[in-house]
Amino acid sequence: MKRTNTWRSKLFVLLVLLFNYLPIIVVVVYSFNASKYGNWEGFSLEWYEKLFRNTQIMRSLKNSLFLAVSSCALSILIGTAGAVGMAKSRFRAQNLLENVSLIPMMLPEIILGMAYLSFFSILQVPFGMVTLIIAHTTFCVPYIFINVQSRLVGLDPAYVEAARDLGATQTRAFYDVTLPLITPAIISGALLAFAMSMDDVVISFFVTGTTSNTLPLQVYSMLKMGVTPEVNALCTLMLLVVFGAIGVFYLLSSLRRKAR
Amino acid sequence: MQMAQPILTLENIHKSFDGTKVLDGISLSVLPGQFLTLLGPSGCGKTTTLRIIAGLETPDEGRVLLNGAEVTKLPPEKRAVNTVFQNYALFPHMNVLKNIAYPMKLRRVKKEDAARRVEELLSVVQLEGFGKRMPSQLSGGQRQRVAIARALACDPQLLLLDEPLGALDLQLRRQMQGELKALQKKLGITFIYITHDQEEALNMSDLIAVMNGGHFEQIGAPEEIYEHPTTRFAAQFIGQSNIIEGVVASAGQGSALVEVCPGNAMVVPGAFQAGERIALSVRAERIDYADKAEYGFTLAGVIKMHSYIGGVLRTTIELPTGQELLITGANPVSKYPAGCRVFVFWDPAVAAVVERGKAE
Repeated sequence: MKRTNTWRSKLFVLLVLLFNYLPIIVVVVYSFNASKYGNWEGFSLEWYEKLFRNTQIMRSLKNSLFLAVSSCALSILIGTAGAVGMAKSRFRAQNLLENVSLIPMMLPEIILGMAYLSFFSILQVPFGMVTLIIAHTTFCVPYIFINVQSRLVGLDPAYVEAARDLGATQTRAFYDVTLPLITPAIISGALLAFAMSMDDVVISFFVTGTTSNTLPLQVYSMLKMGVTPEVNALCTLMLLVVFGAIGVFYLLSSLRRKAR
Repeated sequence: MQMAQPILTLENIHKSFDGTKVLDGISLSVLPGQFLTLLGPSGCGKTTTLRIIAGLETPDEGRVLLNGAEVTKLPPEKRAVNTVFQNYALFPHMNVLKNIAYPMKLRRVKKEDAARRVEELLSVVQLEGFGKRMPSQLSGGQRQRVAIARALACDPQLLLLDEPLGALDLQLRRQMQGELKALQKKLGITFIYITHDQEEALNMSDLIAVMNGGHFEQIGAPEEIYEHPTTRFAAQFIGQSNIIEGVVASAGQGSALVEVCPGNAMVVPGAFQAGERIALSVRAERIDYADKAEYGFTLAGVIKMHSYIGGVLRTTIELPTGQELLITGANPVSKYPAGCRVFVFWDPAVAAVVERGKAE
């Protein structure tokens, strides 16, 4: 195939990138604007200072981090155990079960949120961090499950057999061989799940309590009073964290490729 | 002489996968220090046999005995048997040192002792200085050596090797054949070796078990298997064989006249009954031909073609029955051109009876 590396295709790529990132760039630039309103009045870190002094925001950030870390940890346990168990056994309706376990990824969030709301109401579980963690874990598990499962499918069973042959019990072989080999898949699944949990608005909106405001919910409620430069500053910081995570992810995978 | 106790005995092993029979009642016994090769085409059940010995599969029926003790239901980690897997199965997340030390780590061998043993093993397989490399940084031949070192780390009584040279190129393969054989003699460990390469099997083994369709066709020393095949399959799978069928026309003392077609008969040593139908195997290189009959052989045919295949001349001779015989001769030029009518003969002692039965 002929490569069409002309100025036209370059321009096209540039436009696509601009279209994607321009709004984000605007947010970042405005977070450094000295003016509270639209016009540019010079560089300032004022909004960042205000942001860090805003106890409400800081509390919701803490909530969000706690929520994301705990739901990630729980879904790593559940998702990995599920994928490993599924790979080891063969039974009827296995395919069905596998697909059913991925449904939370595809269902509209609003439906999930409603479902959790009525479910927790019926059980009379008080809304708050506990309900948030349960709900977030449910939609995070598939990300781990699908990643680990696809790694396990590609994993040569001879590795575990070799470990057994050399004297390892089934459990020992899992910890010494299977687990290290699926860890990259667990990490990449967990990064995705973490990101999903950190920025979830819809589901959190339905299951949160009065004391467990998350960061996205906080941003959402602040927006009711208009886009303040403080929100811009907050978004910029969140962007920094997300890009950092992506950077770490790529670094890890390229190191792994080099080691191969 | 008293027979030594077999290190491994298989008794009437049956195994099916999803209703398909893979092993159909195989029995085998191997003496300590022997080099046994399971030779057969792919799908003949040789890998399954090896996995049953290792404990990675459980037979549906039959028993596995190691040193006389039954181990049929014992998990792989409890058997003094180690395996060199087909693709080596080196742990990709561990370097060479850790791979080889792994079985010792499991047995809680002291760190210094394990380190010494790893160095010793690396020198046995001639990979000194490679300890810090990851498996991905090794060539196929080096990986294979690491896999052998790892399997030998705990002094198994029995080493199982599943086509360990299958992934190597021909030259390296030949070299490794010699090294493996030498290693086996030096260590005195019993090897059970799988291959579908007949030359490899003949070259390395003390004993060959020819496998086909889930059973053993013949078990014997390489010379025995090659010179005296007892089944049609064994004759045809190894070397270039001609299978000649005929009916015993008249049986005498210790030999019989076998008619291939009316007017074409040959003498076959052995006790037969008149009217019996038999099949003989004669190696391509053991047959000769001339324009007059010798040894009393009167099997006549016509030379169909000669082809020089490097080192030997391959001649095809068509018998009146339409069957073609393949003959290889060291002489690159034949006295007789294609189309020439000739008589085929061989030393009756080199013909092996591979099938006998009643004539219909």
